[in-house]
Amino acid sequence: MTGSRRMKLQIFRWVTFIAAGLFFLVPIWAMFEFSTRGVGENAPRTFANWKAIADFPELVGPLTLSSSGIIASLELAAITSIATLVVLVPTMVWVRLRLPRLRRVIESISLLPLTIPAIVLVVGFWPMYQWIGININDSILTLAFAYIILVLPYAYRALDAGLAAIDVKTLSEAARSLGASWFTVMWRVIVPNISSALLNASLLSVALVLGEYTIANNLLYPNLQVEIVSLARTNAGVSIAVAVASLLFAFVLLVALSFVGGPRRQSTKATERLVQTYARDFSGGTR
Amino acid sequence: MTATVETPARAGVEVRLESLQRRYGTVTALNDFSLTLGPGELVALLGPSGCGKTTALRLLAGLEEADGGRVVIGGQDVTGLPANKRDVGMVFQSYSLFPHMVAWENVAFGLQMRKVGAAERKRRALEVLELVGLAPYANRYAVQMSGGQQQRVALARALAIRPKVLLLDEPLSALDAKVRSRLRDEIRRVQLEVGITTLFVTHDQEEALAIADRVGVMNAGHIEQLGPPTQVYTRPATPFVAEFVGLTNRLPGNVKRGAVVVRGTELPLVHPDAPDGPAIALVRPEAVTLASDGDMGDGPLVGNVIAVAFLGATSRVTVDLGDITVLVQLPTSAAAAHPAGTRVRLELRTDPVLIAREEKAPVEA
Repeated sequence: MTGSRRMKLQIFRWVTFIAAGLFFLVPIWAMFEFSTRGVGENAPRTFANWKAIADFPELVGPLTLSSSGIIASLELAAITSIATLVVLVPTMVWVRLRLPRLRRVIESISLLPLTIPAIVLVVGFWPMYQWIGININDSILTLAFAYIILVLPYAYRALDAGLAAIDVKTLSEAARSLGASWFTVMWRVIVPNISSALLNASLLSVALVLGEYTIANNLLYPNLQVEIVSLARTNAGVSIAVAVASLLFAFVLLVALSFVGGPRRQSTKATERLVQTYARDFSGGTR
Repeated sequence: MTATVETPARAGVEVRLESLQRRYGTVTALNDFSLTLGPGELVALLGPSGCGKTTALRLLAGLEEADGGRVVIGGQDVTGLPANKRDVGMVFQSYSLFPHMVAWENVAFGLQMRKVGAAERKRRALEVLELVGLAPYANRYAVQMSGGQQQRVALARALAIRPKVLLLDEPLSALDAKVRSRLRDEIRRVQLEVGITTLFVTHDQEEALAIADRVGVMNAGHIEQLGPPTQVYTRPATPFVAEFVGLTNRLPGNVKRGAVVVRGTELPLVHPDAPDGPAIALVRPEAVTLASDGDMGDGPLVGNVIAVAFLGATSRVTVDLGDITVLVQLPTSAAAAHPAGTRVRLELRTDPVLIAREEKAPVEA
């Protein structure tokens, strides 16, 4: 009785797993297939499109050229995830310790960007970025301001789960009574105990920034996705090759990051996290 | 390794809390709260939840700021100092070990904050762990230890910095009964060995009475009575203390000329100047004895045993007098003569008693 039920569950799991796997892999495989087609009816497979990626300096360029889409996107990803953590972690800890009544308010503010369509955000950002471009800097890296807001809901959720798992109040009071300054409390006590939440938050930020198109395009900043789209207008094969390459690149990057976190952690946790991240990455990346 | 421990030879310091005030919005947690702990003394603050005992401790620790009053530790006014500058060791009710550090690293944390060198830090941490009997667990994480072990590490961590005051905020509440009494005695042993001035906050009267030099019974933001455990128990100063500390029978009676007459027995009053009128005498279960011989007619103190609770050396017998039930505490051997269903006569010992007036009576000022 229970044996057959377990069997059914097992089958259900595999069917779900395979269906979901196909859902994710088939489009990528199709893109790969398309990017390696030769010209003509029965032309043999060719990697010409892939080789051609290097010929587009606006895409990859030399590593020093920060105007190239991929470098800009990577820099933005780094700046955004670090800045988000620096702003959010102390705020959330402080609210938990001293202003618990404000928690709801902070939470709804943080989740707000999720409810506003990206295109509406652009309309709001537009005049600000005009001012920033004139008075501060017109570098593409100023996009980080917008991206911090964009990743806020995801980072908030990830950090909130991490902070909920530890007794922030007691731990910090214990550290305080042992002579720790607030900075030490944060750095030596809170941060090490929410490291997986920090990692989650930054993985989500990186994934979101690497896939962001709407805001960059409408504010006229050529990040990776914008370059891919503009390339598609002139050379579809190369643009698809780049798209596949960037997906693989993001995948490798996220896998690498998720293993940086903790050698002490079990592999099951790392995999679990990765699956979660990818599930979110897909919804985030298509914004 | 022998158990020779280099105990900090520092004699305890005097701690004074002077007219502390603390309000939360409209709620007054502490009202003109004053308490002086002698050097090396262990004072327990005992009271129901919300009585302000934890607030007093947190004000002393610097985890909260007083609205008024002073905190003086060893002659130094620390009222304005933040928690990390007060030199106070604290053990919390909930488990508070840093989860990412093993036991000895936890204990060494405070020493690191005081810029003690790495080797010295570890040596001293292991030493204090030995003091609390946990040296073999030095390399365990909190999740690898039982609740009692975690609290002992927390105690070691608090003591490692050689603080001027040790604060214990219901450190035993999360533990099960057996571990609790063992750790309670352990805390007392270590406290005496180190000789540190200690404030112990608890809602458990047994804990407070068992280990404190003096017990302060708190109610609604102030201390109702402060004294040695035996005094608080045997000579409660107020009805609140009488009812909060130990079990108490509430027996209706009548005050007349400095004594209260309860069901025909005249009991002297602790405060003989009480005005005449109806009152409730507060009588300890051990101030009542049972007899089942002689006249078992319908006297005012004759009733039936309805339950006998075996507590070990003593037993608690519940007697139904018709309109009220009375608890009687007896040696178990004596209680055996009165199983449930026995008809018994109560005898009240004529010790001075406290009285309470009916709570609903509006005459009380």
